[in-house]
Amino acid sequence: MNDNQSAPNESMNIVVVGHVDHGKSTVIGRLLADTGSLPRGRLDQVREKCRRNSKPFEYAFLLDALKDEQEQGITIDSARCFFRTKTRRYTIIDTPGHVEFVKSMVTGASRAEAALLVIDAYEGVQENSKRHAFLLSMLGIKQICILINKMDLIGYRKDLYEDIVKRYTEFLNRINLTPQYFIPISATEGVNITYISEKSVWYKGPTVLEALEMFKADILPEHKPLRMPVQGVYKFTGGGDTRRIIAGTIESGRISTGDKVIFYPSGKKSTIKSIEAFNSENKSIVTAGFATGFTLEEQIYIKRGEIASLANEAAPQVTTKIRANIFWLGREAMQRERPYSMKVGTARVGVTLESIVKVMDTSEIKYIPKDRIDKYDVAECILKTNREFAFDTIQDIVQTGRFVIVDNYEISGGGIILEALNDRQVKIRRNVISRNRKWEMSFIFGEIKKLLQRKTILFKPI
Amino acid sequence: MEALENKSIHILREAYSEFRNLCMLWSIGKDSTAMLWLTRKAFFGHVPFPLVHIDTHFKIPEMIAYRDRLALEWDLDMIYGENREALESEGTFPAGNATRLECCKYLKTDALKNILNGSWPRYRLNHKTGKYEMDSNTDAYTGVIVGIRADEEGSRSKERYFSPRDVNSGWEIGEQPPEFWNQFKTDFAPGTHVRIHPLLDWTELDIWKYIKRESIPVVSLYFDRGNGRRYRSLGCAPCTNPVESTASSIDDIIEELESGKFSNIAERSGRAQDIEDGGGLEDLRRGGYM
Repeated sequence: MNDNQSAPNESMNIVVVGHVDHGKSTVIGRLLADTGSLPRGRLDQVREKCRRNSKPFEYAFLLDALKDEQEQGITIDSARCFFRTKTRRYTIIDTPGHVEFVKSMVTGASRAEAALLVIDAYEGVQENSKRHAFLLSMLGIKQICILINKMDLIGYRKDLYEDIVKRYTEFLNRINLTPQYFIPISATEGVNITYISEKSVWYKGPTVLEALEMFKADILPEHKPLRMPVQGVYKFTGGGDTRRIIAGTIESGRISTGDKVIFYPSGKKSTIKSIEAFNSENKSIVTAGFATGFTLEEQIYIKRGEIASLANEAAPQVTTKIRANIFWLGREAMQRERPYSMKVGTARVGVTLESIVKVMDTSEIKYIPKDRIDKYDVAECILKTNREFAFDTIQDIVQTGRFVIVDNYEISGGGIILEALNDRQVKIRRNVISRNRKWEMSFIFGEIKKLLQRKTILFKPI
Repeated sequence: MEALENKSIHILREAYSEFRNLCMLWSIGKDSTAMLWLTRKAFFGHVPFPLVHIDTHFKIPEMIAYRDRLALEWDLDMIYGENREALESEGTFPAGNATRLECCKYLKTDALKNILNGSWPRYRLNHKTGKYEMDSNTDAYTGVIVGIRADEEGSRSKERYFSPRDVNSGWEIGEQPPEFWNQFKTDFAPGTHVRIHPLLDWTELDIWKYIKRESIPVVSLYFDRGNGRRYRSLGCAPCTNPVESTASSIDDIIEELESGKFSNIAERSGRAQDIEDGGGLEDLRRGGYM
């Protein structure tokens, strides 16, 4: 090999979604096979297995590794596979299109930066074609390419293709999604996957592979205010270590030694003394995306769950009431007056559903009147927590504007925070705190004044 | 590489904060050794939970020597366990009394299950004497960190970062919990446990590049030592075949994987039990295998 370029540094996660049987796994299988990304012998191995079981060969079998999946011809859980181009390294996440496995689709999609949404040209737009698009927008995936698959079944007809594109675009507009491309393909015949085929001469756009290459990698929010949810405070004494390290991953912004930090919701302040690391040179600045840790000048009592921010930047919101969008996956509906637990950043707070603003049925994408949130519903609602917590709205900082709801040991829903509601209780408590502080200050100053007025000052040993 | 490292460290720290009875499986292979190194990075030079090795007693002797050397050097809380009954009654594949898959089940899956839940003895390294002693702690581990990678074989590509196991260590693939963004399943019912997989997104090549970048010591079986053979994947001696290769350094291995003779041959092609399970580890893994 004369091109001694080392492997590309950039990597990207792509999720493939769409309705059951619309050909997601086949698209990926084809992509891997046609880019020469399969281990030697893998294709033959699968062909041989199909021959022995008297089954027609399918590219999907390359991915659908689980025995149940091959028997039923469906994908049960999201699988991952890898391939490389000159520009970057891709992790392709295959997801199940079956309604029962929306949980896995969500898991796959929330790890991705961009998505391919597959629609069967013959069957047209189905329930999960809509639901998955809606979930992608809620999960925060903005780069989407729509593949109209099985064009061979409709004879590569341009008019039928354009009709699907038109109707689906109308739907996407309603949920504020703008796809980058629509591509007519046939995954089984390999049409327009890695090369443009003459079978669809009328199509002038990119191939699937070209579309992937045009997606842009996520940029970490380095220039937003600092948010570092505290994962733990470590004091390991082994080997005479005396450091007390605040550890966490920087979700946005950056830290430097000497920075004044404020932790929320407690409001405690200190200054970064050193940035710590093992087997790496000493750093004086660390940016978003890094799992890091630092020591403080003044020792304050900090716990997991607080968010570190900088004194000279915008502070996170702190309250006990929020307006949020929730996508519910729980077996049991989410109901009012039932205690749940909410995980946001590294914090965990008790939460109840105070009221529902509106509920959307994600199969129909329409609002329906309801007093509970059923499985697969998306609801806009008001949540009340049992204590103050720190966060941002999704518009301000995405990473700290997301949460999950835990019901009976299980993650049962995911959500995004739309608005911090200033509930009266918090205001009252805040006023009391600040009044107390002022009172304390005047009391202390008063005492000092009195002391200073005396001739001799006696310090009592404590 | 930086992104992979950060994600793994984040996962390790989440595990440490959320599970009281936490342990890490260390198979002595390159993956779990890289994971052990990531742990030292996550905790600033420390390893704040025990390492558990399931000893089948068919491991290549050099692996055990290497294990004990690093355990002493890095001050690791080292524990091993075994299926004594199967070994004593010779109900194993090398003794001719079990198939490869049955042998894997007895010596690895069953041993793992019973060591984790505390019903079989655990042996803990005494750093003063350098010897292993019966461990008095028999509490079940509720969080178990395992160094599997999604690109190794089909069923592993379906894993979660935090993956629940039922009372019998069983894995329900269709019923896996969702993972939203950076939020993982850290709540679990009594009697069940959670497997934690910090290396899921790494490939074999990533691991070697990381070993090189960090100068992590790996067992010398991975290198050709003059006979034109080396191990690409380490397991029990009777079921793991070396590959024909003259790679004698980490750079050679990286070259071999990137553009050389192994760039398109599956890593576990030298592991006989996979072939017996129809080309994967699914049946073993549903039953609790790592």
